[in-house]
Order: sequence, then structure tokens, then C-alpha cells
Amino acid sequence: MTFFERFLALDRRVIYPLVGLAVVLPLVFPIGFKVRPTPPAENLFRAVDRLKPGTPVLVSIDYDPSTEAELSPMAIAIFRHCIRRHLPLVVIALDPGAPGLGVTLLDKVARETHARYGVDYCFLGYKSGAEAVILAFGRDLRLAYPADYYNIPVEQLPLLRHVKNYDDLGLVISLAAANYPDVWVAYAHERFGARFAAGVTAVMAPEYYPYLDTGQLVGMLGGLKGAAEYEALLGRPGLGLKGMDAQTIVHLFIVLIIVLGNVAYFITRRQAARTRP
Amino acid sequence: MHISMNIWVWVAAALTLCIYSFLYKDNPFYKFAEHLFVGVSAGYIMVMEFTNNIIPNLWNPLFVNHFDEKGRLVSCAFYQLFHDGRWNIGLLTLLPGLLGLMVLARLLPKVGWVSRWPLAFYFGAYQGLAIIGAMQAWVLAQVFGTLVTQGNPVFSLALFSTATQHPGWTTVVAAVSGPLMIVGVIATLTYFFFSTEHKGVVGGVAKVGIVYLMVGFGASFGYTVMARVSLLIGRIHFLLADWLGVVS
Repeated sequence: MTFFERFLALDRRVIYPLVGLAVVLPLVFPIGFKVRPTPPAENLFRAVDRLKPGTPVLVSIDYDPSTEAELSPMAIAIFRHCIRRHLPLVVIALDPGAPGLGVTLLDKVARETHARYGVDYCFLGYKSGAEAVILAFGRDLRLAYPADYYNIPVEQLPLLRHVKNYDDLGLVISLAAANYPDVWVAYAHERFGARFAAGVTAVMAPEYYPYLDTGQLVGMLGGLKGAAEYEALLGRPGLGLKGMDAQTIVHLFIVLIIVLGNVAYFITRRQAARTRP
Repeated sequence: MHISMNIWVWVAAALTLCIYSFLYKDNPFYKFAEHLFVGVSAGYIMVMEFTNNIIPNLWNPLFVNHFDEKGRLVSCAFYQLFHDGRWNIGLLTLLPGLLGLMVLARLLPKVGWVSRWPLAFYFGAYQGLAIIGAMQAWVLAQVFGTLVTQGNPVFSLALFSTATQHPGWTTVVAAVSGPLMIVGVIATLTYFFFSTEHKGVVGGVAKVGIVYLMVGFGASFGYTVMARVSLLIGRIHFLLADWLGVVS
């Protein structure tokens, strides 16, 4: 058997540990590949950065732990940015698997930034029926959330005293692993004129570029790379930037395997044609 | 190296490795982890929906006296019905609750038809709510966006003139992206138009549409690969950082 024939007959279980090594080694021995932010990430960063201090920002955690690896780094970077710019954070969850994530992420960022609950940030928790929540928020957030996640009436939270609906928010950001941004665009942006941005998984990112072109999204982060771009703009490395080394090495390995596989295929096909009687 | 002393980190690491054992071959450890994941997810979501939906929106208004956001005592609907004789207060809460119970009739084949009524109500209400937002956001705005991209019309003489006077990657792309977008939209829609045979001019345009579709699928596939690798990186980082403490 020639090298190419042996390559085409290679068991896939040989490739799996190689991919695993391509992820482990860059995490243990960082390389430090540069990440160049793309325009959608820059636009989102600028949209947050240009808000006047004291302008509340609504962040909706619309994903569950299955996509935590891609979206939590984005959430942490956005939370850090808002707290650094003194933009009060109003955090909600429209996915049933999200509340626990929201509490964990907010506690982590609050500990490192000494943010105060009820003043710098608050977590209103989960309500089902995304459309109903988004529409109710447009009239009065108290219709959807009479109390926060910890059952404190919203009237008792200082940061929500002057927040009634989207008109009092500087920006709405949905971090989503399903089609929640479509619903936010259709109801919050089109009906109530809310400024809206999204952070989505890489699988979903191509679907939302049309919203960027029409201006329905002011900015967008796509996948772990999007999180890395935001961290690079913020100047605060996190899991996004850390993961880019491994991402690059694995992608190069996959490209190499695909190219070798195609070369092996065409060469073996030509050899078979030559040896045919 | 600081191995975690948290039992739940060890449980998560063990279940992660059980799932990854499938890469070698199917085995009882993988099956156990998979079934555990499905069961815990379903149970967790059911509890979340029950405590965040049924209890505050149905149970409390009907059966539990409670305080509103201004601290005023609000009597439950049944108290008002039997104590005050007011029967209409709880109707707005009771009727949706009854509709929800009717959906459960689906589980009994003989009375399964009962579930069609609340489903019909739900679909009708949702369509009425969605149709205007959907038309505005997903159709009209997108048609406008196809014809006007970032403030420039699709065929912009100004952009072409800039591209010819100052040829470069950015100016040429800005000039041709509008016409390319229109060609792509028309060609792709033609591919999905099956009322006429794809022969001659229509066939040629449909073939161009196929090229656009393939480019789109290729970009989507590339993003999908990136997404899967990112999830793997997240899991490996958990094993190395939270479990074994090899990385920070």
C-alpha cells in the first residue's frame, strides 16, 4: 500500500487524539497569536464605549450551559466593559437554562470589580415566553419583572428607579444560542426603537450578517473569536483570547488533513486508472 | 498542579470523560452519561418552568394571598370568590390555566381532540402578534437592505467613480458588492422557483444561484467547524484549569 492509500484508510480514532493534542498543547504552552477585531465587534464595542456613564444597559442571557464555552467569555467581557464605564447593568434571562449561568457570571465579575448589587448591576431572572417578555418590557419592565431573581421588588433597586422601558436604556444586548435575536429585532427594535446588538454562537453568526447590513444590529460578536476580539479591544484578556491559540492550531491541522485527504484521493484515483486494463 | 477538591468538579470531569469515551466506541459509560444529561436537563427545565411560570402566574393569584410590589395585600381569587362573592377577578387567571390543562389531554388518545382548542387559540394569538413584527423586521427591512447597503444604493455611480479614480481592494469591493448582492438574491430565488423548468436563461440564472448557495454553505460550514472546536476548547480548559489546575 502506498502512503496515500494508507492515509485514506486511516482510522478516524487516530485523528481524534491529534486534535485533542492540538487543543491541549496551546492551552498549556500559550503562543500568543494576535487577534484583529472585525468591524461587527468594533461597532459593538464602540456602541457600549460611547454611552454616557450612568446609562443602563440591558443584557439578556439567552443560552444554556451547552454553549457556555462560546458565549460566557463574551458575557464576562461585556459585563467588565459596562462596569468599567459605569454603565448600570440590567441582566435578564429568556432561556430556562440561563439563570444559574447569569448568577455565576455576575458574581464572578462583581467580585473582581467590587460592583454593588442593585446599584451597579441587577439580575431580574428568567421569565418564559420570550415575545411576551420583550413586548411587556417595551411598555413597563415591571409588567414582566415585578421582582428580581432574589424576589426583591424592583422598586427597591436603586438602579431601576428611573428605568421604565427601552427608552431609558442605552443598549440592549442579547447573548443567544437560539433565534432569540430575531425576536428581539422584530419586537424590541422595530416596534419600540431599541438599539440592539447580539452575541451569538459561531454557527448562527452567518444568519445575522443581514441584520448588520440593515442597521437592525448595531454590532455583533460571533463565537469564541468574537469574544476574543472584544477582549482585545477591552485590553483585558480572558478565555476568548486564551482559546485563540488552540483554535488557530486546530484549524490549521484540519486544513492540512483536508488538503492531504484530497491530494491522496486524486493520486490514488489516477493510479487506479493507470493500472486498469 | 492543583487538583480540585470539589466533589462536583470531579463529577463533571468524570462525566466529560465518559462522553468523550464515545470517540473510541459506544460503551456503557457513555450511555449512562448521555441518559443522565437528558434526564437532568428535562427535570431542570420542568422545575424552572414550574417555579417561574405556574407558581407566580397561576397558583399564587388563585390560592395564595400575597403582597404586590407596593406592599399592599392582594387577596387570592378564591378568597375573593368565597369571602367577598366577587367571581370575575380570577377569571383572567383561571381561563389560561384551564387552556393549559386542556393541552395535557393530548396524552390520552380518546380525548386528545380537546388539546386542539388551546393550540388553535395559541397559534392564532401568536400569528396576530407576530405578523406585523415579522413583516417589518424580516421582510421589508431586508428588501430595503438589499437595495440600499450602508447608506448607498445598489448601483452607486459615486462608488464606481471612486473605485476607478482610487483603485484598491476597499473601493472596488464597495463598488461591486451592491450589484453582486442583487445578482445573488435574484439568482438564488430563481433556483428555488420550481413553477418553470430550469432550462435556457432560467437554467443559467439558477446555476449562478447554486454558486451563491455553495459559497454561503461553505462559509456556514467553516463557522460550524469553528463553533465545535470552541466547545472542545471550553471543555478541555475546564479539565485542565478547574479539575487538574494545570493552567490558570
